[in-house]
Amino acid sequence: MTETTETIKTSTGRVLRTEEMVVNMGPQHPSTHGVLRLEVVLDGEIVVDVIPHMGYLHRCFEKHCEHMTSYQQVVPYVDRMDYVASMTNEMAYAVAAEKLLKIEVPERVHYIRIIMSELQRIASHLIAIGTFGIDMGAFTPFLYYFRDRERILELFEMTCGARLLYNYIWIGGLSHDLPPGFIEKTREFITDFKKTLKEVNDLLNYNEIFIKRTANVGVLPKDLAINYACSGPMLRGSGVSWDLRRDDPYTLYDRFEWDVIVGKGEMGTVGDVWDRNMVRQREMWESLRIIEQALASLPEGDVQKAIPKRIRPVPGDAYGRVEGPRGELGFYIVAEDSVTPYRIKARAPAFVNLSVINEISKGAMLADLVAIIGSIDIVLGEVDR
Amino acid sequence: MGLLDQKFESSNVVITTMDDLLNWARLSSLWQMQFGLACCAIEMMAASASNFDMMRFGVIPRATPRQCDVMIVSGTVTLKMASRIKRLYDQMSEPRYVISMGSCSNCGGPYWEHGYHVLKGVDRVIPVDVYVPGCPPRPEALIEGLIKLQEKIRNESLVQKKAV
Repeated sequence: MTETTETIKTSTGRVLRTEEMVVNMGPQHPSTHGVLRLEVVLDGEIVVDVIPHMGYLHRCFEKHCEHMTSYQQVVPYVDRMDYVASMTNEMAYAVAAEKLLKIEVPERVHYIRIIMSELQRIASHLIAIGTFGIDMGAFTPFLYYFRDRERILELFEMTCGARLLYNYIWIGGLSHDLPPGFIEKTREFITDFKKTLKEVNDLLNYNEIFIKRTANVGVLPKDLAINYACSGPMLRGSGVSWDLRRDDPYTLYDRFEWDVIVGKGEMGTVGDVWDRNMVRQREMWESLRIIEQALASLPEGDVQKAIPKRIRPVPGDAYGRVEGPRGELGFYIVAEDSVTPYRIKARAPAFVNLSVINEISKGAMLADLVAIIGSIDIVLGEVDR
Repeated sequence: MGLLDQKFESSNVVITTMDDLLNWARLSSLWQMQFGLACCAIEMMAASASNFDMMRFGVIPRATPRQCDVMIVSGTVTLKMASRIKRLYDQMSEPRYVISMGSCSNCGGPYWEHGYHVLKGVDRVIPVDVYVPGCPPRPEALIEGLIKLQEKIRNESLVQKKAV
């Protein structure tokens, strides 16, 4: 308890003092997006300090990997790490494992992986913006976006049978080839989805109330974002043009034409909540561009040709990273002379992005803290692992 | 259960009519606790969003346990979270029901063997009415679990159960 600078006197001359208060937010709270607990120190309604407490969803992913009987068995656990974007997780693990094993993957596999992870990026951003809208008091975008997200899940379901956790991208290949009709259905989806994107963009992002709630709130300056190793829309929202798909192309991303979206501070300061949200919104357009190009030039081939039957790598280590919907997602695999990994370390973007919350919410109102959490777009499965 | 529940020794025409009324009221507006734990929470969200629309069964998400009738435990229950779930359950007013959604909260799921910190089934801390299997269950499966819960409520009675 510390004294605030301002002292107020009553009519009898007594000095009134205000005290700081600790408010507990979570783990059950509708806007913490899962089981995050925040210990918020408040001075009136102004946030003084935010201390995130984690571990309510710790599922010992890294420990599990060491207990598996093969490298392939890790993939379902990788799915459950960031459950909103399973395809990208699998992709990151596959990229790291293929680097370790030095496997060359057929071109068709690369193309399908790119299509899948871009669809997954859209699905993930739809949840992010939809739930962010709910936090800001707008329920309609959530319904619109979930309607279209279901269509992406239908595409995934017809490909691999699962809606949420796929086990689709394997080391060296894919579990199934694309089913007949996939390409037509995806093209249909893209045409319809563009209308929704435009509609909801006008409805939500340029809504006066929404702008008032988000502009100039939770400003993350460029240098702070870099110092905290933020990545993904969090970093790009602050005006740093950094995208692994362009700067460290991991599959065949260098073949496609698309732009890296950065925040420009159109409604307020660069790096505010509105910017981060808008980066997500615009990234979906770029993802659609990539999918369209990939569908147009999809090569033929056998997707299971390069899948190794038994994996026993040469002792060594490898780090593979991809640009997930939340940022740089990396897996560091250490191999010994065995069929199971010795150690797997996951570099979870949501965890790193969350670490900056104390810096950017100081001085904000308590209600703005909800906006800030929503704009960071955390997935607790990935934060706690 | 509620104040009246199981307070009568034998059944008669007044009590059975009252039964029907109470059960109908309870099963038609099962307010759900808006409380997601893990992966299943995304499917729970999908179940209450546009395509599946759980609200047509009277399931409205509420943020506070005081206003809720049903708690859907959706996801992995860690030991750290278990005490919180118990407390939230205790804060709910009676009659209250629990749906355990997904393998993790049914029995520990994929974290059953090596998850040293995962509760092997949420029924170890709170009583569960309906178990929905799957990892994660589809929204249709959750809705089926809900309908099963409604059937269960439909057969409740104010009359005491007799020992057989």
